[in-house]
Amino acid sequence: MRTEPILPGEAPPPAETPPARPPRAVSPRRIVWARRRRAFLRVAKMYRRNAMGMWGLGILLLFIFVAIFAPLLADRSTMDPISPTTGAPFEPPNAHFWFGTDNLGRSVYTMTIYGSRISLTVGLAATIISMVIGALLGIVAGYYGGWLESVLMRLTDWFLVLPWLALAIVLASVLGRSLAIIILVIGITSWPGTARIVRAQVLSVKTRPYVERARALGASDWHLIVHHILPNVGPLIFANTILTVAIAILSESTLAFLGLGDPLSISWGTMLEFAFNAGAATTGKWWWLLPPGLAIVLVVLAFTMCGFALDEILNPKLRER
Amino acid sequence: MRGYLLGKVAQAFLTLLFVLTFNFILFRVMPGDPAALLLRGTAAYNPQNVAAEKARLGLDKPLPVQFATYMRDTFRLEFGDSFVYQGRSVSEVIGAKMWPTVLLVGTSTIASILLGLLIGIWSGWRRGTWFDYGSLGFTLFAYAMPEFWFGMLVLMAFAGGVGPFPAIFPTGGYETVGAGFTGFRHAIDVLNHMVLPFTVLTVAYLGEYALIMRNSLIDVMADDFVMTARAKGVREEQVLWRHVVPNALLPTWTLTMLSLGFVFGGAITIEYVFSWPGLGWLTVQAIEAKDYAVLQALFLIFSAAVIIANLIADITYMYLDPRVRAA
Repeated sequence: MRTEPILPGEAPPPAETPPARPPRAVSPRRIVWARRRRAFLRVAKMYRRNAMGMWGLGILLLFIFVAIFAPLLADRSTMDPISPTTGAPFEPPNAHFWFGTDNLGRSVYTMTIYGSRISLTVGLAATIISMVIGALLGIVAGYYGGWLESVLMRLTDWFLVLPWLALAIVLASVLGRSLAIIILVIGITSWPGTARIVRAQVLSVKTRPYVERARALGASDWHLIVHHILPNVGPLIFANTILTVAIAILSESTLAFLGLGDPLSISWGTMLEFAFNAGAATTGKWWWLLPPGLAIVLVVLAFTMCGFALDEILNPKLRER
Repeated sequence: MRGYLLGKVAQAFLTLLFVLTFNFILFRVMPGDPAALLLRGTAAYNPQNVAAEKARLGLDKPLPVQFATYMRDTFRLEFGDSFVYQGRSVSEVIGAKMWPTVLLVGTSTIASILLGLLIGIWSGWRRGTWFDYGSLGFTLFAYAMPEFWFGMLVLMAFAGGVGPFPAIFPTGGYETVGAGFTGFRHAIDVLNHMVLPFTVLTVAYLGEYALIMRNSLIDVMADDFVMTARAKGVREEQVLWRHVVPNALLPTWTLTMLSLGFVFGGAITIEYVFSWPGLGWLTVQAIEAKDYAVLQALFLIFSAAVIIANLIADITYMYLDPRVRAA
């Protein structure tokens, strides 16, 4: 029976009582996995009850479906300016071109459908870079402490105050215009927030008795980080990842709008750039502006809603409220 | 208190130093030769002149010497010559665009912070009412919306005129070109051009401030002293404005100042959408023309502005929080 109070952020004691007669020779690994599976199911159950999270997930799945099955939903040749399947310039929405056409007669509907692939890819890939940097720095700083922590956190603070768009613009215009560069630029400008959150959580996890116990038993730093710290920080990193995807997609659209995107892969931001440069705003071509913009809003909203819901469930600081 | 202040100033200074170093390294590793870029497209473009230009810019010296020169020049606000506006210094090009940005971003930031705080106070205090849900929904939507897209829609509706919307405002710029207005007429003309970008910037950011204030207010409302005040029989408005709001303002203030970095981001795209001839507009021009000299200086200015805003936040915090004042 545990006597110490439950610390904030620590998993509550499992409600299920352990089997009365533990089977013999169960490997610790299996116990761990069974416990993780239970924890996952518990989170999934809480998530299902969260209306905001479920709405977000629904919209998100819809967009992922659109991105994967784009060839079934739209005819790609209608966005190729030299193809005969394109229409006249600036056709308003009609039966053939549901969202109308742009200045080159390309179908806005097709471009919006295919744009989801680029926007989602950039958002996810940039987030992975950002998460790896942020989580690594956060864990190293929080776990090792000392001068290493001071240096890393100073660096994080510096990056946190830099105006990210100015930094991203400078990087993107210096490095060139390609999808890979955009991903890289967004990845390396969006990690500081994650690093701070992860570090704070590591600081609280590493003083827990079970970590000390493992250390006393001779566990190496690597073992402690991988088997004890990471599983406890992981959920928080995950919730943060979802929120970062939203920011990364917004960032991509902004950079693309400013003409720093890859001219060959048309994202929603690129569409808005084309539209603005062709004077769609001042000449009232609303059908060219609304679809890509609404797509950005919906996807970002969906990721944000999922992220908030997960954060509410997984973040010990919010759970107390 | 002196120690706190000195520490913050030292921190701001270090951050500035980091930005300067970062800037120096970044523009040294970039592809392309600044000397060649400066001369490109002119009759003087030949290897000899490029080498001479290189020597004039000091690019043939060892890196530490270049760094020392760069630091000295930067502190004198000398950023060299623009690559594109040939024969004009970067300081000159930037100086001309400074005022419009200060005017637009300054006023809209103040407006969105004030409005945002008021909305946040009201929705936190009346938590769970339709107003609260409405402002939360709006905040979420504004957060997910690219501000330049919102800008384009507003431009389309009120300057281009579409469907039922009247085209009542100019489509962009700082003033009516060629009208030659002076004095009061000129001020009105500028204001008329400013209405749309100002509105867009204000609306795009007030949600964030409202959310910060709301959450902070809800945290404070759970504190014991609020119950004490109520138990004493303090009137509800007094509880809100005398006890809850001042305490809730503390964390809000810091977060608000930290978010200023994003305001500059918005200023870049919004100035571009409304052709508002400020620093953001200049940034886009510099991107298109690959004017690295101007970009480098703009990056420094944006960073310095954020660092200074943070320093101001820290110093004002000192006056707002008696605990820091006493320390």
